[in-house]
Amino acid sequence: MAKPRVGIFDFTGCEGCELNQLNFEDQLLDILGHVDIVEWREAMDGQVDELDIAFVEGSLSTPECITRIHEIRRKSKVLVALGACAVQGGVNAMKNTRPIEEVREEVYGDQKYLFPTLPALPLSAVVKVDFAVRGCPMTQIEFLKVFTSLVMGKAPIEPDSAVCVECKLKENECVVDKGMICLGPITRMGCGARCPTFGQYCNGCRGLVSAPNIEGMQEILVEKGLAMDEAWKRLQLYNANQLEGVQR
Amino acid sequence: MSTDLDIKVHHLTRVEGHGNIVVNMKQGVLEKARLEIVEAPRYFEAMLKGRSFHEAAIITSRICGICSLGHQITSLKATEQALGLEVSEQTVLLRKLLIHGATLQSNVLHAYFLAAPDFLGVGSVFPLVGSHPEIVKRALRMKRLANDIGDVVSGRAVHPITPVPGGFTRIPTEKELLEIRRRLIEDMVPDYLATVDTLQALAEAIPDFTRETEYISLRSDHDYALYDGDICSTDAGRVDTADYLGMTNEFIVPHSTSKHCKVSRSSYMVGALARWNNNHDKLCDTALNAAGALGLEPNCHNPYMNTIAQVVEAGHCAMDSVAIIDRLLDDGLKNERPNQEPTRYGTGIGATEVPRGVLYHEYTYDRQGRVAAANCIIPTGQNLANIDDDMKALVPEIIDRSKQDITLMLEMLVRAYDPCISCSVHMLDVQFKE
Repeated sequence: MAKPRVGIFDFTGCEGCELNQLNFEDQLLDILGHVDIVEWREAMDGQVDELDIAFVEGSLSTPECITRIHEIRRKSKVLVALGACAVQGGVNAMKNTRPIEEVREEVYGDQKYLFPTLPALPLSAVVKVDFAVRGCPMTQIEFLKVFTSLVMGKAPIEPDSAVCVECKLKENECVVDKGMICLGPITRMGCGARCPTFGQYCNGCRGLVSAPNIEGMQEILVEKGLAMDEAWKRLQLYNANQLEGVQR
Repeated sequence: MSTDLDIKVHHLTRVEGHGNIVVNMKQGVLEKARLEIVEAPRYFEAMLKGRSFHEAAIITSRICGICSLGHQITSLKATEQALGLEVSEQTVLLRKLLIHGATLQSNVLHAYFLAAPDFLGVGSVFPLVGSHPEIVKRALRMKRLANDIGDVVSGRAVHPITPVPGGFTRIPTEKELLEIRRRLIEDMVPDYLATVDTLQALAEAIPDFTRETEYISLRSDHDYALYDGDICSTDAGRVDTADYLGMTNEFIVPHSTSKHCKVSRSSYMVGALARWNNNHDKLCDTALNAAGALGLEPNCHNPYMNTIAQVVEAGHCAMDSVAIIDRLLDDGLKNERPNQEPTRYGTGIGATEVPRGVLYHEYTYDRQGRVAAANCIIPTGQNLANIDDDMKALVPEIIDRSKQDITLMLEMLVRAYDPCISCSVHMLDVQFKE
């Protein structure tokens, strides 16, 4: 069987997810043994016409992005969104909570016409996304699971329980009990509760579970003495697009 | 001799972010020679406005994955100054260790994965896996250890977790630090010396091009300035970081979504070569020996040598990491909690040397500890005008060569700066309108 032909692409974001692929120092040579990476601007020269798997990082935020994601979708059999920007719009989507003209004017003043911009969108708003690797940056263990499944011709399984589940398994002290805001109760697990394990709160980077109890989450936060608007803001950090239209 | 030349490299490869090289010459007159920055704007100010001081570093570190640690530390320093938060000596040492790890990983990544393929005549690092497996494995080993410093001390090398305003949410254990120390001595030192040997063979292929410019970096009387220092310019001398706006002078140009900078001349250079020119006297012997072997001399004006300067300082980062770990362990690790009780609400400035040059963050907080104004000035943005000036000087010198050769020389020039285009198009430079 021929090795799958893989391409890696980036849109509006920090390229930290791509960097995390170069950070598989212990597995990189094995990975390269199972696929042919044929297009990756950040690491190599050249472009191709046909791909088995496209890994795509970043959100869509300019007219040029929209054209390019259609081209990538057309030439790829499977498209995988990498990281919070590609999956949910990521931190870029925070700008969507304010009028776009106001935002442009603040940054470029009367020269704003030089640089066209759109609200930051997840890939799934424009093309069909087959699978997702979540997180900011993308969770490395999840990438390896998705990658292995695809190479073996199986569909990856996407987790849909809260980060709290993994946090309990790690026997961490509950972050909320420590008096900090934590978005673990409504955030999709798969990261091994990495931030709480290192003493930090969960900031929701992996996106919401499919049926998040946002109201209950807010109640917990307010109970711990955290102001309602602060709780809402922290939810927006990675989930501005998902919260649009949700009643506060 | 060819008098017409038309080069357009769309989305230059092996750099971080999206840029195009455009050069036009008509009848011997250079009409255009520039790096166009086409990275999509991010609008970070829309994200920061009104957000808590706990979140500022989390948000600004997302400007760039490669430079996330540098942004985070710089942001924390600015926030701490603005809020009057004192940090402990242990916090400073742990941050210095993190900066060494991040600089080491970034410089190794650039030299081996992004720059070296040009010198070996291949399009990426991947063919080298078959042709030079030992070299690739060595690069991966060095990168792994550098990243492990980040993983152990900050919870995650890309977008670190534990560094917060006032300190750390978790202190590494003595056992973890001793293991890093052992690997630095047993693995990193021999791998570093081997790297210098490998590069010695390639260094001869570095283009011979010089153009003197203004070199700006931080400088400290105590050490090779990475974490802290005054601003130091080869033209203007030493300047307090409080005057950083006068040492950057950002302006908008139509061909770049990133703003450009200038100080004493039409352009200036920041990064490893500027650090080398300003601070080589503060490097350890391991680094100075590497500089000798690789032909890097003080007052070097060849921008292609920036890659060599990165490798030289990587040796310093490795050796100084050992010294910092020794000091932390001699002093005894203390399980400190971060100091997060503001003593004032005002404006603070952070300046740090990150792999690509000096990075500035400035924040103003309101009385609720929320961001009222913010500004970041990014190394790659500071280098863009200098890259354009280099191209304008270089193209006439090499105009007799084939178009293919000229294109490669220009691509190598841009790559030598190790530009981080995502960072440069951060678009965080505003006073918020109320």
